[in-house]
Amino acid sequence: MKRKIPLIITFTVGVLLIIAEFIPHKPFGTLSGELEEWFLVISGFAIILGQLSLLKVNTFKIKYKQKDWQYSIITLASFFFMVGFGLLWGTGKSSGIFGHGEVISAVIGIKPFDYLFQNVYQHLQATMFSLLAFFIASAAYRAFIGRNLESNLLLIAAVLVMLGNTTVGGLLTSWLPESLNFLHLPKVSEFIMTYPTTAGQRAIMIGAGLGIIGSSLRIILGIERSYLGGE
Amino acid sequence: MRRILICLFLFYSILLFSQEFIFTAKDKPNDDGSAILIEWDASDYEPDKIILERQDTKGNFLEIKKLSDFLGVFEDGNDINAGKTYFYRLSLYDVVGNLISQKSAQITAEAQWFNTEKISLLIMTIILTAAIIYFIYSARSGKELYIRKISGLESMEESVGRATEMGRPILFIPGTLDLDDMQTIAGLTILGKLAQKVAEYNTKLLVPVCRSMVLSTAKEVVEEAYLKAGNPDAYDPDSVFYLTDDQFGYVAGVDGIIVREKPAANFFLGAFYAESLILAETGFASGSIQTAGTAMPSQLPFFVVACDYTLIGEELFAASAYLSKDPHQLGSLKGQDLGKAIFVIVLLIGVILEIFNVHILKDFLSLH
Repeated sequence: MKRKIPLIITFTVGVLLIIAEFIPHKPFGTLSGELEEWFLVISGFAIILGQLSLLKVNTFKIKYKQKDWQYSIITLASFFFMVGFGLLWGTGKSSGIFGHGEVISAVIGIKPFDYLFQNVYQHLQATMFSLLAFFIASAAYRAFIGRNLESNLLLIAAVLVMLGNTTVGGLLTSWLPESLNFLHLPKVSEFIMTYPTTAGQRAIMIGAGLGIIGSSLRIILGIERSYLGGE
Repeated sequence: MRRILICLFLFYSILLFSQEFIFTAKDKPNDDGSAILIEWDASDYEPDKIILERQDTKGNFLEIKKLSDFLGVFEDGNDINAGKTYFYRLSLYDVVGNLISQKSAQITAEAQWFNTEKISLLIMTIILTAAIIYFIYSARSGKELYIRKISGLESMEESVGRATEMGRPILFIPGTLDLDDMQTIAGLTILGKLAQKVAEYNTKLLVPVCRSMVLSTAKEVVEEAYLKAGNPDAYDPDSVFYLTDDQFGYVAGVDGIIVREKPAANFFLGAFYAESLILAETGFASGSIQTAGTAMPSQLPFFVVACDYTLIGEELFAASAYLSKDPHQLGSLKGQDLGKAIFVIVLLIGVILEIFNVHILKDFLSLH
């Protein structure tokens, strides 16, 4: 029964949603939207599970002095600070248990939660995102080493696209006559991005789309059950 | 002269009174009865102001829109219910605000049982579904199906073996989206197979997740895999754990794990965005064997550069069937291939037709 009930639910909901795609009449037309709302409600409750997991794993690390347990103190402290400030004085326009915390807000300018959000969280997030620039440089260096025909082609295409997107690229070929305008670097760059790149991406997307249909059918028909933890 | 004047007067009068403006209200086709299409053409009058009104339940006409164009179509989707009749009135005013002309129309909103604009989608769905189901069930006959080798999946055993030899853990990331994304489900099905191998080799597995619902599913999948491998005692419930829902917070957490734990093998299988390269490059720097798979075309180049093996698009979805070696599941892959062949043929026909300026196929396949 532990397996059969989820399989029956999956089959029924899956078939209903496929049918609903073609029927605008109620209740089919609104079925997809309704189920999405259900999903949001369930995922809202599921956040508690995530938080419990976070607390459990980090508390155990501290309790049993596991490797790198000191980091867990920072995690838990950050968690409790943010939750605590949000609960006590609220966030944005919503009030907390002690109202809007006017006294604290008068000192730091805004609510404590918003202060930490804007001055700590957002900067940490931006730091992580900015790492991407360095990683792109290191990855590009490895990718653009000419070893064989394919990597050489990649290198040439990459140089053309990069140059075409810079002012220098435009200047380098600005002397070309009107009849050879198609060789102007920004035009070449645009051509590479619009045609070969888009074609390649669409091929991947069509393949992925078919893969999604195939996987969905396997799940709906109950052939693929590993997501339930079984064969 | 008098006759001519009379004739001219008559001609002018006919011309003036024959000036008609078009005003129609139609039920919006292929919807659930929640919209009405209002069409008007008052170009003969060239009014200064056009007001569209709808009668409320008390019988009063209330303005719903000031129309700026002399002709056009307006979709009224505000509080329209299927089966109800609605009365509309269109009034034309001149510069000084005098009413030039007025027309009314009534319409009953109706919900349709079939969306005719999606007929091409229905046909393609039927063909594709029939092909996949046919191959799934024809696989029952025991016919040997050839599936090309996917290196990324073949390397799974190698990765687990390496991790066991080195005494280091294996890191699995099921993407950063929730369970409503097919890529996450595909990632979790692979996790099941990987966890089984990990349980057989008695290696440590780490699965940090960034969605609570993925957490509970991943826990279930890993636990079942250990049970199936006959090593349930080795299952550590804390090996699958939640970090955060935040994209870069999650990246920071996973990067920290990679740097501290130095996993022997990393698996990034699911949906990824900007975090893909940060994760893969950190893994590369720590010297792990890396296998990635996603259907996000914009992230694939990053994985190709930084990982040892990459499952491109459909390979991610085929992984579960490939690893299970179950003929039913492999049959579905054959069905997908047939679907691909159909797509290629339709695309070629479409290209040829478009070259010759024939748009029948494009129009038929377009979803409005």
